[in-house]
Amino acid sequence: MKHLLSTQDLSLHNAIRILDTAEEMSAVGDREVKKLPALRGRTVVNLFFEDSTRTRISFEAAAKRLSADVINFAAKGSSVSKGESLKDTAQTLSAMGADAVVIRHWASGAPHRLAATDWIDAGVINAGDGTHEHPTQALLDAFTMRRHWAKLSGTPSEGADLKGMRVAIAGDVLHSRVARSNVWLLRTLGAEVTLVAPPTLLPIGVEKWPCSVSYDLDETLARGVDAVMMLRVQGERMNASFFPSTREYSRRWGFDDNRLRALDTLGMKDTIIMHPGPMNRGLEISAAAADSPRSTVLAQVRNGVSVRMAALYLLLSGDSREAAATPVLATAGTAHSTKESI
Amino acid sequence: MAGNTGTYLIQGASILGGEPADLLIRDGIIAEVGTGLSPEGQDGDVTVIDAAGLVALPGMVDVHTHLREPGREDAETVETGTRAAALGGYTAVHAMANSTPVADTAGVVEQVYTLGRTAGWVDVRPVGAVTVGLAGEQLAELGAMADSRARVRMFSDDGICVHDPVLMRRALEYVKAFDGVVAQHAQEPRLTAGAQMNEGEVSAVLGLAGWPAVAEESIIARDVLLAQHVGSRLHVCHVSTAGSVEIIRWAKERGINVTAEVTPHHLLLTDDLVRSYDPVFKVNPPLRTDADVQALRAGLADGTIDVVGTDHAPHPSEHKECEWAQAAMGMTGLETALSVVQHTMIETGLMTWADFARVTSAAAAQIGRLEDQGRPLEAGEPANVILVDPAARWTVDPFRMATMGRNSPFKGRELPGKVVATFFKGHPTVLDGELNTPYPHAAVEAGAA
Repeated sequence: MKHLLSTQDLSLHNAIRILDTAEEMSAVGDREVKKLPALRGRTVVNLFFEDSTRTRISFEAAAKRLSADVINFAAKGSSVSKGESLKDTAQTLSAMGADAVVIRHWASGAPHRLAATDWIDAGVINAGDGTHEHPTQALLDAFTMRRHWAKLSGTPSEGADLKGMRVAIAGDVLHSRVARSNVWLLRTLGAEVTLVAPPTLLPIGVEKWPCSVSYDLDETLARGVDAVMMLRVQGERMNASFFPSTREYSRRWGFDDNRLRALDTLGMKDTIIMHPGPMNRGLEISAAAADSPRSTVLAQVRNGVSVRMAALYLLLSGDSREAAATPVLATAGTAHSTKESI
Repeated sequence: MAGNTGTYLIQGASILGGEPADLLIRDGIIAEVGTGLSPEGQDGDVTVIDAAGLVALPGMVDVHTHLREPGREDAETVETGTRAAALGGYTAVHAMANSTPVADTAGVVEQVYTLGRTAGWVDVRPVGAVTVGLAGEQLAELGAMADSRARVRMFSDDGICVHDPVLMRRALEYVKAFDGVVAQHAQEPRLTAGAQMNEGEVSAVLGLAGWPAVAEESIIARDVLLAQHVGSRLHVCHVSTAGSVEIIRWAKERGINVTAEVTPHHLLLTDDLVRSYDPVFKVNPPLRTDADVQALRAGLADGTIDVVGTDHAPHPSEHKECEWAQAAMGMTGLETALSVVQHTMIETGLMTWADFARVTSAAAAQIGRLEDQGRPLEAGEPANVILVDPAARWTVDPFRMATMGRNSPFKGRELPGKVVATFFKGHPTVLDGELNTPYPHAAVEAGAA
């Protein structure tokens, strides 16, 4: 794996490998000294064109636990309006010797541009691009679901997929990179996905996606689900006629207290409630649902660090560089290519 | 002998893809067409061109070119753009109005017209803006542009839709006074706010804001009805969807005076290419689906779509070497149009070379009211003639083009057909596939005086 750009082109083999590696990484998080020397001397740049403190600190923690040097580069706003292009930024990072670039960008496809051009030779991890994909979020969601699914069947998580698991993803699918990445990854892992949204917040073309689509959350719950993932409703959608009012949205598509009770009534005692955060309590999810024992919100955050450690580790020490050294014992000063001499 | 551009004897060219014949070009005119014409007995020097295996066609006329000058000379100039045009087989281009300043006054259209005359590679016919500053609020002085030396007949806010129905109605009515035509960029603005690509299966996956077909089709439907109501002439720029073809077919069946254009890129490329996120494929209207491509080809073949227009839109590299959402819309096209149309329409059996001459020359000249262009290859006609080698194959390399724009979506593709020679008013602007010399306006006029 040279880059992690999307889950759509992630094979089952690689998806399982990332999840299994994340299991190993999570053991590190349980230790008193939460650090591995695996990426000592390697430089990871967090290149954020869009604010996202949660994602940025998660990647930062992951890189630091692997002993990498971390540079945070916040290039908020339009790169063109700031006068520097993505190309110049990338070439600058390349000249500084970045081994991996974790990029968050408001423009769909920006990570693909970094990976496809010769602007920079580093591995690229997509930390969320526009309304396209957020692959590490989907991986941490899958990791969380896999642990739950394995626990229920009393088997180990390692090597397992999500065959037979029923997952409902509810909310603003149209603008959600999380929904897209989850649909592709969950399909690859064998889960059955149902998207639930108002018709205005589903993309034209969704009928070709490998999932079911419903406009009715209650009906979807009644048919039986093992995980319900609620998506955040962005503030800017609220006055753009996607739905009449936040109250109507909440009544029809929010995970409210009635729906929380319905899970019990319907006998779904093991169904979990997920949310990628940050939550709008009272809008797409009620406080009771967010704080219930079914909620995996904090586990998702915790698992995020493990999954991002796995992604960084596999990108920087994985098969494309296996010849270099035994990864965990790798010493500092690994050579990397630069395009210009000093 | 008035105005000397020399004498050329083209031997054995297949006229519009038909039987081989000889063409004698003398002093800007096709003097003779026949077989067995000989250089002997002609006055003065005769340059003989062996055209065996070549197809002779009328010089191509582009109804839709962006030459960028004045204002964006870093993207293209009239000089470089018309060199590209000549190499592509054109003898006339319509220069779109979205320059800086906008071509919305007699002064600016005369400037562009003069730059074209000075360059001398093709006829440059400026298109006048419909509204002041392309702002869509107030009619520009259409009459002044029509009466200027540039003799503007086509008016367009291209790049921006004249979306106000009242303003569109008034423009259509007003241009009747001087046999003008309004060329509409059909794009409903509210349905396409922030649009990045065709809305459909691919945009859903890529997370790029969609440009729905209905935003084009609804404007075309409105405009053909307006044209019918006021009895005027409407031209629809760069038709890109199957639904648009159907609406125009319906309008023509009802006798509405509408013409339509399709670009070479919409005849070949689909939105699948956007999966690369490479902005070289970003264009407005966007690349559509294969079903649209097939419908556009069928529409061009059956005459529903009248002409091929390149929408040649050069951009400096920094406007394409960036994120998709940041990138400028547009593609170059002058130097690839002939090859793409041969590939998509002739080699598929949908059209003959005679049809090609209609859609790239005669019909285009008729829309722009260019009297000396798009004429039959017959004795006494103006010598705007090209010679094409249909058997040639070449690989598109944007860095070897005459246009300053490197944004060709056909980069790296092998395409058929090569322009071997372009005669503009009897003067070879292109010979042996290379630029020759521009038409010597000054010398010819001095000779004529």
